[in-house]
Amino acid sequence: MSDPTAAMVTAPQAAEPGVVTDTPPDAGRPGEGASKDKPRGLLGDAWYDLRRKPLFWISAAFILFFVIMAAFPWLFTQTDPNFAELSRSRQGPSADAWFGTDIQGRDIYARVIYGSRASILVAVAATIGTVLIGATVGVIAGFRGGWIDQLLSRIGDVFFGLPFVLGAIVILSQFNGPGTHRGEWAIMGLVIAVLIILAWPVSMRIMRSTVLATKNADYILAARALGASNTRIIFRHLIPNCLAPVLVYATILVGAFISTEAALSYLGVGLQTPVVSWGVMIASAQNLIRVSPYMLLFPAGALVLAVLSFVMLGEAVREALDPKMR
Amino acid sequence: MGRYVLRRLLQLIPVFFGTTLLIYWLVWAVPGDPFAGKCGERPCSPGFIATMTEKYHLDDPWPVQYVHYMANLLTGDFGETFGQRPISDIIIQAYPNTLKLATVALTIEALIGLTAGVVTGLRRNGFLDNLVLISTLFLLAIPVFVLGFVLQFLLGVQLGIIEPTVRDGAPWADLIVPGFVLGSGSMAYVARLTRTSIAENRRADYVRTAIAKGLPMRRVVGVHLLRNSLIPVITFLGTDLGSLMSGAIITEGIFRINGIGGAVYRAITTKESATVVGIVVVLVMVYLLMNLLVDLLYAALDPRIRYE
Repeated sequence: MSDPTAAMVTAPQAAEPGVVTDTPPDAGRPGEGASKDKPRGLLGDAWYDLRRKPLFWISAAFILFFVIMAAFPWLFTQTDPNFAELSRSRQGPSADAWFGTDIQGRDIYARVIYGSRASILVAVAATIGTVLIGATVGVIAGFRGGWIDQLLSRIGDVFFGLPFVLGAIVILSQFNGPGTHRGEWAIMGLVIAVLIILAWPVSMRIMRSTVLATKNADYILAARALGASNTRIIFRHLIPNCLAPVLVYATILVGAFISTEAALSYLGVGLQTPVVSWGVMIASAQNLIRVSPYMLLFPAGALVLAVLSFVMLGEAVREALDPKMR
Repeated sequence: MGRYVLRRLLQLIPVFFGTTLLIYWLVWAVPGDPFAGKCGERPCSPGFIATMTEKYHLDDPWPVQYVHYMANLLTGDFGETFGQRPISDIIIQAYPNTLKLATVALTIEALIGLTAGVVTGLRRNGFLDNLVLISTLFLLAIPVFVLGFVLQFLLGVQLGIIEPTVRDGAPWADLIVPGFVLGSGSMAYVARLTRTSIAENRRADYVRTAIAKGLPMRRVVGVHLLRNSLIPVITFLGTDLGSLMSGAIITEGIFRINGIGGAVYRAITTKESATVVGIVVVLVMVYLLMNLLVDLLYAALDPRIRYE
């Protein structure tokens, strides 16, 4: 069986950027007629919608800003975030240290900048892991059905039954409790793993129910009738069409993970001192809130802003992808 | 319906054992001396070690320990802490406070969230609508512990309107601000969920019919629209109560509430393994039962849903 026939069966293929290479992406834009010729898929439609939303552009700009900050912190500050000078302990914001200094005399501005790296890295890595694992298991469970579905769903339920923060504390305090000394990357890897372990069932459930709803759609049956293999059906037809809900979830999840990472660090079981992160900074500032509130204010502000931009992005993406909102 | 309930209950059993097994493994089977630091600044006496080893079957492989533990648990015996205080004692002492806090949080989020959602869902795109949308975005983005600290500092320390920490016995009045902090995220979610649901159903045929029949607007909204729109909201509130009751570790920590979350956190940091397992088992049970209840409620509320 040849490719063109399969492509005809599934309209949303145009959504994949890689597939529509035969026409330049801008070709459809100038005339309305041209854009009507080429059917847009679900994701293409969403992108068309997104481009007109100011909320999307604002949040995207903020996220870009934070990502640049995480990738190239030295663009923003020349100060070493771990350079401590006790003679400068707890000085308020000044021209010298914009956000003031903490109890060890470290520059808070530099630490807020460098803190973005750990926070965003952990959140993004954990989100990618969660979505990959959850979506894979979800597709298998939904597509296979029968006892495999039952088994995978129950395993998901077991992990879902653990209350999130509680489960994270139990796991992390066993492997990362006070007194253990691990390297920076080992701590981050551990936190990422814990977030993935506790969060994957949700994306699995989302994916599974979408697959169940799509599995018997006409174009899947048609592809099957044309003799397409299971692998081909899953990768070319099922996944592109089932991606939307899990994508929305993933965007919001990044924000949620940034805030969860901070909460775990605040509780003393997440990232720890050699790592600079917003959560670690807030944790060390909590007892000094009465005397130097700025120590809490700046990292908390950065944290809220980062979470807010991901939540806003998720909101924009959801509105674009959810046909009910149109 | 009866068969559905039965099936759900049967499904609950493997999940319950799987989750508790996982917790048990995490807490007990991780290598390390369980008696390290349990007896102060000196090593534990051989007699104590022998008693405890026998009590928790620490010589057996951990799956056997788990079976013993579960057998005890099913007869209502939660075991004892290393200081030989019954764990059920700790639970009985701390749980009422957590329940109070969860109730306050749920009431606040339901009252404010629903009101905001209904008002904005009926009048979309107005000033109020945008205000609610923006403020809910902020509430969703502010982590619980930041909100807790800021409110405690502003209202409790600076302005002196509230007690900065909750007093002994957790009187209701002291729990209002902690409850607000705990429920803030869900409150924002409830407002948005209600708004979307109301806005969607407003254009439904049955609403148009009700208006065409000449019913007063109050009745159309209050009876026809609300009852149909609140189904997803109520299920969310139910699930949320389940997770609220499984311990508000952070909120309880900030406001110094003697609740189950604080108890389990203390047990984790002092490596009281038996206590951790005991409390977490109870919490998981509550959580699973709440979820089951929500599923059943869903079927009862929405006659369109029929379980085979």
